[in-house]
Amino acid sequence: MTLDTFGGYWSPLVWLLAFIVTFLIGYIIWGLGEKRHKTGEQLKPFISGLAEPSKKDVHIQGGNVYWGFTESLKEYYKYATKMHTGILNDYILWFIGIAAIFFLVIILPGVL
Amino acid sequence: MIDTLLTHAPILIIAAPLLTAFILPLIDKVSTKGRNILALCAVVFTLILVVMLAQDVIENGIRIYTLGGENAHMALPSGYHVPVRITLVVDALSAFMVIISSLISFVGLLYSFAHVKGEGTGKFYTLFLLMLVGMLGMEMTGDLFNLFVFLEILSISSAALVAFYIRKGQPIEASIKFIIISSLAALFVLFATGLLYGEYNLLNMGALASEINSQTGGLTLVSQFAFILLLASFSLKAGSAPMHMWLPDTYGEAPGAISMFLVAGTQASLYALLRVIFTIYNTALDTSIIGGLLIILGLVSIFIGVTMALIQIDLKRLIGYAAVAEVGYILLAVGVGFFELAQGELSEYGLKALQGGIFHIFNDVLDIGLLFLVAGAIIYLTKETNLNKLGGLARSMKYSSFFFLIGLVAVAGLPPLNGFASKILIYEAIYKVSPLLSIIAILASIFMLAIFVKIFYSVFMGPQLPSLSNIPKTPLLMLTSMAILSGIMIFFGLFPDYIVDHLVTPAVNALVDNFTYITSITGGI
Amino acid sequence: MIYNLPFYAVIIIIAIGLYIIAFKRNLIKIAMGITIIQSGVNLFLITLGYRKDGLAPIFTHLPKDTPIPNGMVLPVPQALTLTSIVIGVAVLALILSFIIVLFREYGTLDTYKMRRLKE
Repeated sequence: MTLDTFGGYWSPLVWLLAFIVTFLIGYIIWGLGEKRHKTGEQLKPFISGLAEPSKKDVHIQGGNVYWGFTESLKEYYKYATKMHTGILNDYILWFIGIAAIFFLVIILPGVL
Repeated sequence: MIDTLLTHAPILIIAAPLLTAFILPLIDKVSTKGRNILALCAVVFTLILVVMLAQDVIENGIRIYTLGGENAHMALPSGYHVPVRITLVVDALSAFMVIISSLISFVGLLYSFAHVKGEGTGKFYTLFLLMLVGMLGMEMTGDLFNLFVFLEILSISSAALVAFYIRKGQPIEASIKFIIISSLAALFVLFATGLLYGEYNLLNMGALASEINSQTGGLTLVSQFAFILLLASFSLKAGSAPMHMWLPDTYGEAPGAISMFLVAGTQASLYALLRVIFTIYNTALDTSIIGGLLIILGLVSIFIGVTMALIQIDLKRLIGYAAVAEVGYILLAVGVGFFELAQGELSEYGLKALQGGIFHIFNDVLDIGLLFLVAGAIIYLTKETNLNKLGGLARSMKYSSFFFLIGLVAVAGLPPLNGFASKILIYEAIYKVSPLLSIIAILASIFMLAIFVKIFYSVFMGPQLPSLSNIPKTPLLMLTSMAILSGIMIFFGLFPDYIVDHLVTPAVNALVDNFTYITSITGGI
Repeated sequence: MIYNLPFYAVIIIIAIGLYIIAFKRNLIKIAMGITIIQSGVNLFLITLGYRKDGLAPIFTHLPKDTPIPNGMVLPVPQALTLTSIVIGVAVLALILSFIIVLFREYGTLDTYKMRRLKE
């Protein structure tokens, strides 16, 4: 049941057993806590008495989720999006360029 | 009866979908249900034959099927044997790839029954079966010109399927880029085949391998030039950076299950690349230079694929960029394996790296395929592809969000699913070449987790938007196909040693040891 | 020297075809460039089979005592070329039908303006 990798072993069944045991221990500890929990009026968000805005206005759009990360890597992304132009001729120029680099690396050291 | 089927299995596997593909438009005029049942019968028949053939090949070794003759040779009056007949060669690596193609075609066909509606759907299934024929032919052929013909069949039917729905012109733009780039790559493959034919007067892959690897002469300037053209063309078709830009366009605009089937088609081109490098040109090349090139291509693919996926806002295009990164992992592992090849033997960590790479081919198709199926279901139900307008779908699509969670865990390489099993083989084996490679590979896995958590959070979690409040339920056939893929992924994740011992290790041994391949074709003559 | 002339022609034709695909903006010109590269590769395949003073490879039409197979041109590249021509026709038909639909939807045939699927 174990996979033999180069440095050691990986046994998924033992991992699953350990995961289930740890989850059960955590679940029992969670169940020993407070049991008072009301439903209804207490579940609505409280914004100091103001009316709750509609769900569409507070929805964080998908494209903005990782804003901080993409903002800090702006230099790299400016270069990368300029590389992906979408023009057909550029795709073919990349292909011919990479084939030429292969030619320079593989054949020229043997000839010279 | 079973013996006859098993003896003629290679040609029946190609002939059954091909014949059905051309009968389907006639049956479509009579009844629609009959057409669906006939297509399903053809695919199930192919799947059963493939499993029988794979079992036979893995137990008994390589199998050669000659079309229209006894063996592949023709004896000239002078007593010289020349291999001129058309052959289908099935060894353990071909059996592995053929299992992948027919399994994915079965799942894709089930999904397409629920997804494709409207008129003209008879031609959809014809093109679908033709794509399957192209893939199976590329993976079982024994000579180079057959490879070119089946490559063109695959490209033409894929391009026609990507452009099947004219939504606002965007699938047509993706498809015209795909067909122009594909036909350019195929023309260069034909040019390289012509060069090799002019140099050695042979088209058969086994006979070419014995000529190139022979002690006297061997690798000349012309055959090195042919190798460069073959390497560049097949790595363009496999989607390695920096020539990868057609891949997100095409995967992002294809309808439904065709994106998943296109991933299997890309792996067929990757198989052709492995055949050319490892079987035809084994150690006649300089292994450190070619291995280093493959490692660099893999690293660039991983990095560009994963970072460009982070800023996309179109759902299927994002998964397409993740597919580019997965191909990078396979190229990295295969590059390390080739780096260590010396006279038909591998050091131990080269063997582990190749095992990880070949196992990752299967896992890549399964994981990215499941993600594409869920994305197709979302687009079919809500008619939206923009991530900015989707949100809170977990309330109405419970099962689809569960399958997306399974796909997310598998693609990011988290235990206990199958992504982790192949990725840990790759991480630990490429560490020996340089620790930097392992570090970049693990970082890229963390990025992939970040990307798909972004989709999962913004599409499924959160409050339900009023514009998406009443969407219909997911059709049952789509959920069945997703469940089949998830079941296979969980089985591969919990018992990886069974798969690695029985499917992957014979494939790796068949790939590295080209001596068996050559002697079974030339017969030792 | 003069027998190498078709090979030089092949190199020039493929170079012209690659220049057209890489640098011209009109889609119809790019389709023509693909056809030119196909013609170049077909010419290369036919030229590979030529043998000096060879006759057509039909058994029943050869005059007496021509050495077989040295007196004929090679027949295998001719079969490869026929297959390649047919595949070329199919690809060209597909590209041209895509161009028709694309012009109806986008209104332009310029690749620099056909960039809705970028980055």
